[in-house]
Amino acid sequence: MSEIKKTYWKGLSQLKNDSDYVKHADKEFVDMGVENDPRHSRRDFLKMMGFSVTAASLAACEAPIRKAIPYVNKPVDVDPSIANYYASTYTSGGDYCSIVVKTREGRPIKVDGNSLSSVTKGGTSAQVEASVLSLYDNYRLRGPKAGEKSSDWETIDKEIIAKLGEVAAKGGQVRIVSNTLLSPSTKAAIEKFKAKYPTTQHVQYDQTSYYGLLKANEESFGKAMIPSYDFSKANTIVSVGADFLGTWLSPIEFTKQYAVNREVSEEKHDMSRHYQFESNLSLTGANADYRGQIKPSQEGLVVAQLYNIVTGKSEKAIDKISYLEKAGQELLANKGKSLVVSGSNDKAVQLVVNAINDALGNYGSTILANQPVNFRQGNDELMDAFVAEVEGGKVDAVIFYNCNPVYDHPKGDKLGKSLKSVSLSVSTSITPDETASLVGYMAPDHHYLESWGDAEPKPGFYSLSQPAITPIFKTRHAGESFMVWAGETNVDYFSFVKNNWNNWFAAKQSSGLDFETFWDKCLYDGVLEFGSDASTAVTFAGDVNAAISAINTNYKASNTGFEVVIYESYGVGNGSQANNPLLQELPDPITKAVWDHYVTVSQKDATALNLANDAEGNTQYLSITANGKTVELPAIIQPGQTPGTIGLAIGYGRTKVGEVGKDIGVNAYPLITLVNGSLNYNATAGVKIENTGKAFQVAQTQIHQTYMGRENVVQESLLSEYKEHPDHWKENSPKVTKWDEKVEASSLSLWKGHDYKDHHWGMAIDLNTCTGCGACVVACNVENNVAIVGKDEVIRRREMHWLRIDRYYSSEAEAGDYLGLEKASENPEVVFQPMMCQHCNNASCETVCPVAATTHSTEGLNQMVYNRCIGTRYCANNCPYKVRRFNWFKYHDNQQFYQANPAMNTDLGRMVLNPDVTVRSRGVMEKCSFCVQRIQAGKLTAKKERRTVKDGEITTACSAACSTGAIIFGDMNDDDSRLSKLLKIERDPKRKYGIDKTAANPRAYRVLEDIGVKPNIFYLTKIRNKDKSKENA
Amino acid sequence: MQVTSSIRETLVTGGKSVHDVSEDISRQVEGKPTRLWWGAFGFSFILLALGFYSLCVLLWNGVGVWGLNKTVGWAWDITNFVWWVGIGHAGTLISAILLLFRQKWRMSINRAAEAMTIFAVICAATFPFAHMGRLWLGFYWVFPLPNTWGSLWANFNSPLLWDVFAISTYFSVSLVFWYMGLIPDFAVIRDRAVRSGNKIRAMIYNSLSFGWSGGAKTWSRYESVALILAGLSTPLVLSVHTIVSMDFATSVIPGWHTTIFPPYFVAGAIFSGFAMVLTLLIVTRKVFKLEDYITIYHIELMNIIIIITGSIVGIAYITEFFIAWYGQVPAEYYAFYNRATGPYWWAYWSMMTCNVISPQLFWFKKLRTNIVATFILSIIVNIGMWFERFVIIVTSLHRDYLPSSWSMFHPTIYDVGEYVLTFGFFFCAFLLFAKFFPVVNMAEMKSIIKSSSEKKH
Repeated sequence: MSEIKKTYWKGLSQLKNDSDYVKHADKEFVDMGVENDPRHSRRDFLKMMGFSVTAASLAACEAPIRKAIPYVNKPVDVDPSIANYYASTYTSGGDYCSIVVKTREGRPIKVDGNSLSSVTKGGTSAQVEASVLSLYDNYRLRGPKAGEKSSDWETIDKEIIAKLGEVAAKGGQVRIVSNTLLSPSTKAAIEKFKAKYPTTQHVQYDQTSYYGLLKANEESFGKAMIPSYDFSKANTIVSVGADFLGTWLSPIEFTKQYAVNREVSEEKHDMSRHYQFESNLSLTGANADYRGQIKPSQEGLVVAQLYNIVTGKSEKAIDKISYLEKAGQELLANKGKSLVVSGSNDKAVQLVVNAINDALGNYGSTILANQPVNFRQGNDELMDAFVAEVEGGKVDAVIFYNCNPVYDHPKGDKLGKSLKSVSLSVSTSITPDETASLVGYMAPDHHYLESWGDAEPKPGFYSLSQPAITPIFKTRHAGESFMVWAGETNVDYFSFVKNNWNNWFAAKQSSGLDFETFWDKCLYDGVLEFGSDASTAVTFAGDVNAAISAINTNYKASNTGFEVVIYESYGVGNGSQANNPLLQELPDPITKAVWDHYVTVSQKDATALNLANDAEGNTQYLSITANGKTVELPAIIQPGQTPGTIGLAIGYGRTKVGEVGKDIGVNAYPLITLVNGSLNYNATAGVKIENTGKAFQVAQTQIHQTYMGRENVVQESLLSEYKEHPDHWKENSPKVTKWDEKVEASSLSLWKGHDYKDHHWGMAIDLNTCTGCGACVVACNVENNVAIVGKDEVIRRREMHWLRIDRYYSSEAEAGDYLGLEKASENPEVVFQPMMCQHCNNASCETVCPVAATTHSTEGLNQMVYNRCIGTRYCANNCPYKVRRFNWFKYHDNQQFYQANPAMNTDLGRMVLNPDVTVRSRGVMEKCSFCVQRIQAGKLTAKKERRTVKDGEITTACSAACSTGAIIFGDMNDDDSRLSKLLKIERDPKRKYGIDKTAANPRAYRVLEDIGVKPNIFYLTKIRNKDKSKENA
Repeated sequence: MQVTSSIRETLVTGGKSVHDVSEDISRQVEGKPTRLWWGAFGFSFILLALGFYSLCVLLWNGVGVWGLNKTVGWAWDITNFVWWVGIGHAGTLISAILLLFRQKWRMSINRAAEAMTIFAVICAATFPFAHMGRLWLGFYWVFPLPNTWGSLWANFNSPLLWDVFAISTYFSVSLVFWYMGLIPDFAVIRDRAVRSGNKIRAMIYNSLSFGWSGGAKTWSRYESVALILAGLSTPLVLSVHTIVSMDFATSVIPGWHTTIFPPYFVAGAIFSGFAMVLTLLIVTRKVFKLEDYITIYHIELMNIIIIITGSIVGIAYITEFFIAWYGQVPAEYYAFYNRATGPYWWAYWSMMTCNVISPQLFWFKKLRTNIVATFILSIIVNIGMWFERFVIIVTSLHRDYLPSSWSMFHPTIYDVGEYVLTFGFFFCAFLLFAKFFPVVNMAEMKSIIKSSSEKKH
């Protein structure tokens, strides 16, 4: 065999078999190394060393590369760099918003309002905008836990079912505790659970309770419900302590309605008049035309007095409340076109409010009792009884469905202490919060962006939730959990929701589509609306006299002691999103404070308490004793605060909350008491306030409170003046004297200006409809990857917000009295002015940059080239609007900012970043770009479809987030754009595409017009619906 | 009719001969450093080290270690920059303008003044570099960057770019001028070293003097070059601070946006420059026993310049206020109102006291010929000039157009640290200069011995 075996040669050298080959034949690779040639060894060594040192140092210069791995099998609807949008629903307790989720490469990165919903009409709020970051909260539970130990669903399900079985066997009590539940499917799931365990009781409670209102309506109309309100139909709005633009009931909806009647133009001369009677200066109060200061102890009497005026009674429940008489008379003059609301949770007060509205004939026009809302259905008495039951050991199993009563219920402390004695306790919270960390099992729900679901904000109005991302962690929908624990197998929450909708709506819908198509349409729209039932007139049947006598016993016209008013924080809300840095660093619309918990006091009380605030937020701690509890908090002197009252926010003092919200303030919920069956958010008796003298510095983004009488910054006039001379205010605009005449200062320029051949982007901001809510600020932060910098940096005045809302108070000082002008009035008028890069046509920043890192685009944008920027900060110094923000430190990938800025410092958080926008490095200047990435995307879409850009197709994040439409973005070269029409843009006939466009809208002005930088943002003057006479002004 | 001028005071006292000049000046270079010198150098070096540490912290962490904020983007950094550049003005003024005006009294002070200029400009230059957010990119963005649309140049509209050119030109011309003057004096030291057989010193100073031969032709060329350089530097004296002032004058910020700035800044620069020259020379003449070369007469003349420039500066301050009132532009009116009465009133009134009131004391001959009084006032003037720049930069920025952005500036330890760095560098460099280089221009001094000093024999 061997003879005939073929031989394959490795090569010719084997064939030749020369000695050199034989020597190395056993080696696979022939080593012709340097040692064979000793002549060059030293030099080669040096060469090699030189090369490697150079190569190593060159390599070290490179930024580390993070590999992006391509899809092996690309999902059908995911295209890299193309965003997908999904209609969904935001619910958090009783808060509701129909939304559109923007996802990029399968990650939700932005939430916008859904304009198809007739409830929220495309509006959003700061909390809704910020909720996308909560999805990537590092504090979220990674999966189910049994006690402290991580577990899996199978194990805990088995244990929970076993324990539930034991409880059921001995006939023990089961409780499900939740906040107001809007989802009909989850309710159905709970019903299944109840069917299996009939001793189950579902207890709903709300952090901010409306139980008094529910009870009052039950007494008035025989049905415990909260009606829909329509502020857009009211000519006169009187609110007694209801912060309906900020936190009351359904602020997104109300803000939208409110703005309708606050718009003023040459075509629409009239606007509503808004009276607010309140103790704290609320966001709503800041927008009011007339604001009366009252104490909580007077609230009932104020309402009673309104009732007296409206019903023509001569007796006086209370006297000397400014504007109250006037408000009452005006209500009478606007019967059927007025609205009285109250924020009180006292049944008697709400009953009288109902009586007033009934007397005014507002039911059916501004109050739609036949279209109730489902927002706040919490039952204070039931919840109180539940806590007592747990304390008494009468409850055997309790499931906390996405709620945290240990923290946010006044008796949370008691509940927490006795939870251990409950044999089965489960929480479905997505984080190990105060309640979850005390229960036996944590069965985390999905974040709302990960889950299927539905909501029913009002009967007949439905909306769907769909997952925008695969669940990040091993979580499970709570509704699914309920069904599993009820013993169902093969539960799939998606099919459950879908089947429900099939059962409930397939027959009801009128489109005639088959269910699959109908379902797809619902999914696409996000909402399904049947409208309200046929209008049924309601008849008021409440006992007003009894209510008024209750008011007379419970309220006092003149209370001498301090009173505490507990309100909901505008940023972190009721505390459920306290771990969201976007909300912690959202300046409070009124105080402009961030990251801090404080109380507000009036100047008068501050003087009495020897409390000193300096301009930089340095203050002292006050010790506040109310309702038997004592808290210590720093105090801010708040213009507009009723003397004798202290404003105290809930939402702080979380203890089990993650890095961001940890150790901020104290928990104010325990100060709330149950009075006459409903929670009372005021403490009017036995309040003790002391100045501890302990120093504290509150971080504020604005430390100067007034606009110093600078009319080129804020222009305002009264409605009556506007009607007479729409551009009256222009007479005082600065002029420049030439040799022969005086001309407008802004009409002179050394610059030739630019020509914009295609687009000329611009913006209009209506100071009248801007309520100052701050949704735009959060939207901008999320859209543009704006760094959150934390409290210390804010104290150094280095917040990075591209868009801020300047809040100015009025002052009583005369012009020229500069020290006097620095002081706000006791009860000031307030104006909100959104301020961002004005995209000046003659931009002062552009000329001074030594490296041309900030330049002017061919479409009128002032653009920032981060790569080119060397950080001299000259542009920021020379910006008259001070809107440029400098990266003082590396705010991303930096342990120093890990706590404040998880979105740039944790792997999980980074998923929220918008890939279209660069994360800016240290030492670089940044500012509002007019969302240039959105402009580019819009232009690209139009180009691909071979058409011009349609008006409204491109909009900025702030404009999209604005519920009231106060911010309008558009093309000033397009005469038909909404912007051009609103501003009545007139182009220079000689130079149609030039920069010199004038706005013929008499309300339009540009901030600091006289310095000649020619911004592309126009503001519409603030118009107050006040009387001219001084006494009533 | 014949004009008879009054007899001038002698510029060099003590009946010095030409040899005495060489002897007195070279003694410092040739001798061992004194304990005092070591002490001073050691102290300066500690300052330098501390400053270097804070510079490292700044570069490592970012500009955020300073106390700047969204409203006040420049504070101590540019204050110190302008302050040092201002100080750097006296040298060239003395050597160039006074040379052209044939003011012979300048000869005993120009060497030290020029050295001071160069060190001060180096100190000044550290701030524009250190204040940059991305220093490492600052160097190459100055050059055109080729790209598809043609090369991308720096922005020639920007006053900061003008600064780069103005200061680098000023620095290089000053350096050449200074070094040129040193050449014959290095040769003197070399010659003395050759005579005393110190070969190493001879070699070093020979190379420093570029082998100066001292021939008539060489001297002739030397003098022509000196005159040409003097002619070149004269406009520079005026241009540098004019351009520095344009950083502010061309902006829109009330308090900066002022046409008066160029002359006002130049006067202020000469004012502070002369004050610094006085501070340094009063110490040097004492320590190096040069009282016969730098006499009370010199000091008096410099004090007179301080009165003049101080008064110009004072008038400028008052003019600004007058225009703010007369112009009635609200933002500008407020900016000046705020300077005098706002939160930074103390800085404004320190400036007014130090810069406007204190130099007026020099109207008294007793004070302007008193060494101690002059020394104290020279330091006060420089404190005042520092506050002037602080007032212009910080009080204008901290409350500009929109009251919502008004804020305060609080310096941090690193703001101080960077300032200390420049002091450390300045004094180290000046001490090294005083030890190793002849502090008075021997060659020029010798030219005025005969005519202006009387022999004592």
